[in-house]
Amino acid sequence: MADVILKGIKKSYGSVEVIKGVDIDIKDGEFVVFVGPSGCGKSTVLRMIAGLEDITDGTLEIGGKIVNEVPASKRGIAMVFQSYAIFPHMTVRENMAFGLTIAGASKAEKDEKVAEAARILKMEHLLDRRPSQLSGGQRQRVAIGRAIVRKPEVFLFDEPLSNLDAALRLDMRIEIGKLHKSLGATMVYVTHDQVEAMTLADKIVVLKDGYVQQMGAPMDLYHRPENLFVAGFIGAPSMNFLDVEVIGKEGDTAKVRSDLVAEFAAPAWREDIPTSGRAILGVRPQDLRPVDSNGLLSGHVTLAERLGIETVVDVALKDGTRVICSLAEDRVFEPGQPIHLDFDHKRAHLFAPERGGHQAAA
Amino acid sequence: MASKLTRSDRAGWLMALPGAGLIATFIILPFFLAFAFSLTNQRLASPNPTEYVGFENYRDLLGLSIFTLEPERNEAGDVLVDDDGQIEYPRLRKFTRNNPDYPKLQGKREWFSWQSGENRTVVLASDVVFMKALVNTITFVLVVAPVQAGLALVLALLINQKLRGISLFRAVYFMPVVVSIVVVSILWQFIYSPGDGLLNNVLSGLTFGAFQPRDWLGETSTALGAIIAMSVWQGVGFHMVIWLSGLQTISPTLYEAAEIEGSSKWQVFRYVTWPGLRNTAILILIVITMQAFALFAQIDVMTQGGPLDSTQVLVFQAVERGYGKQDISGGSTISVILFVIVLCISLLQRWLTRERN
Ligand SMILES: Nc1ncnc2c1ncn2[C@@H]1O[C@H](COP(=O)(O)OP(=O)(O)OP(=O)(O)O)[C@@H](O)[C@H]1O
Ligand SMILES: [Mg+2]
Repeated sequence: MADVILKGIKKSYGSVEVIKGVDIDIKDGEFVVFVGPSGCGKSTVLRMIAGLEDITDGTLEIGGKIVNEVPASKRGIAMVFQSYAIFPHMTVRENMAFGLTIAGASKAEKDEKVAEAARILKMEHLLDRRPSQLSGGQRQRVAIGRAIVRKPEVFLFDEPLSNLDAALRLDMRIEIGKLHKSLGATMVYVTHDQVEAMTLADKIVVLKDGYVQQMGAPMDLYHRPENLFVAGFIGAPSMNFLDVEVIGKEGDTAKVRSDLVAEFAAPAWREDIPTSGRAILGVRPQDLRPVDSNGLLSGHVTLAERLGIETVVDVALKDGTRVICSLAEDRVFEPGQPIHLDFDHKRAHLFAPERGGHQAAA
Repeated sequence: MASKLTRSDRAGWLMALPGAGLIATFIILPFFLAFAFSLTNQRLASPNPTEYVGFENYRDLLGLSIFTLEPERNEAGDVLVDDDGQIEYPRLRKFTRNNPDYPKLQGKREWFSWQSGENRTVVLASDVVFMKALVNTITFVLVVAPVQAGLALVLALLINQKLRGISLFRAVYFMPVVVSIVVVSILWQFIYSPGDGLLNNVLSGLTFGAFQPRDWLGETSTALGAIIAMSVWQGVGFHMVIWLSGLQTISPTLYEAAEIEGSSKWQVFRYVTWPGLRNTAILILIVITMQAFALFAQIDVMTQGGPLDSTQVLVFQAVERGYGKQDISGGSTISVILFVIVLCISLLQRWLTRERN
């Protein structure tokens, strides 16, 4: 049984602090996904959990024990790398049994455990091949197999699917999801891919600049992002942001308007929203819908991308501000065509203005 | 990108021409010339016309015979013994000089011999100096190849760490490589010089004077060893750099994977580093072997093959004969023999280190 608890974890390289105090609580058997922009420190946190990087400050607990000083091999973890990290001169079987070889296990034990892992991953027929004779997806399966053979309490994945093509990624994603259900182990997974994060995670941790921005179930993050960054980061295409003026706040709703947005009452549950003055309105592209007249927004179409299942419309408002609208249908728009957009007021998001403007965050 | 120039055959050949021409003139042509000369009695400068002599040069170099000498006996058949109690044998010259009964021994000289009962078995060679050179060269290669490669690997492993000032060590280890071997040889002559040389001084200092100074290059028992030690030192930096480049091609995540699995230092080397260095190892072994066979400058500067031919080697012999004795055909023959040896060894090494599946 292994919870993983990070308390005030910091990491510095020389004088550069990359992780600036991270608290994450991972329950036994939970599937936690770290997301965030490139360079935000996802891999660094994962590697600290693995024991591949020293922890500069804070405590890391795995299974109730503080493991800051415990070597990687004694932490009960297994890691799957983006670059697979399988040994090119060994067969698949030898690769999967590597940990057992190191531990000096008997041949019978190796054969048994490798056979079991191969059965789980449906790769019995590949066992005697060499890595050079495998496809990328098969190689990653070997790496996962090697992790399974270790019977770890915690699996760590660092962008395991990002070297694979889209179709294979889908397969492997489903496979990893199944694996989590069947093994019931704790899994920590780093990815760039939103879909992977949304579909696999019990809990998503959004990281940026060495801080946790928000942590929660995927739908919590989607529907109730706590700040502009999370709102912009989760969901594709990303949320539209518009500057607005708060002209009155009452309980959890605020009246807002601007030159571009007609006055309406927006939900304002976030604590730091001012009672008057500047604020930022966020609307998801999927929540916008074209109307014949009287929409809250109006402008003209600059580009429409028809993807069959959806149509992504790029709209320029009066002053040129871009807004993206994503319709779950195939519809034809002509560039230059005037368009009115409306949305469900309750689905709008209101954020306090951030220093430096929201563009930087989005 | 596929312009007319890159597709034209003629342009391609034209561009390859300067390089190919140089290789042909200075490597391929001399090689065939050497082979041709080795079948003649060509001399560097001679009034007599060159004649084709077939494989006589090879016979003159490689000829070997084994001959058993029986002791001298008196009328009664007893073995004659000299004043010191040594068995007396007939003189070898009786058999090797114009003795029609022993045409095979004609002109050969004793290389080495051993005692078997009353008899003495003698190995005779047409060219004893060549044989000594051959044995010395092979000894040199057999010692230098593993020692130099191993030492270079150890240095590379030590240097392939992220430590403060590590590049200083890299530079220091590599320095002997960029110094000309001739200069290195002269410097090492000071180190090895008899009596008051550096090595003698250091050794007697370390042993508080118990060590008796020796003439490292002047004694048959130490001369070749001294040359080997110095050659290893000189070349080790170069091979260290090759190992280092091999080490750096190994993906760091492989080491991390091994670390997570709990590998000890030795297991990391055994399962990650060494397999990753396979191709580098083959390269280094072949390069060192070839370089070692080509041993010349050290000998030329330090010992001239002496003392008592204890440091004679093939290339030195080839040069000595070709230019020193003006015997171009003899020198060429040695070159061709050397070529064949190196070729065979390289092929053997490739075969032994081939990819097995
Ligand atoms: N060895 C190192 N020395 C100095 N800085 C480092 C080192 N490793 C990582 N960093 C820095 O730490 C920060 C976080 O790196 P990290 O690899 O964790 O990012 P990431 O979130 O995994 O990014 P990506 O999505 O591109 O993989 C980066 O700014 C990076 O430059
Ligand atoms: Mg990363």
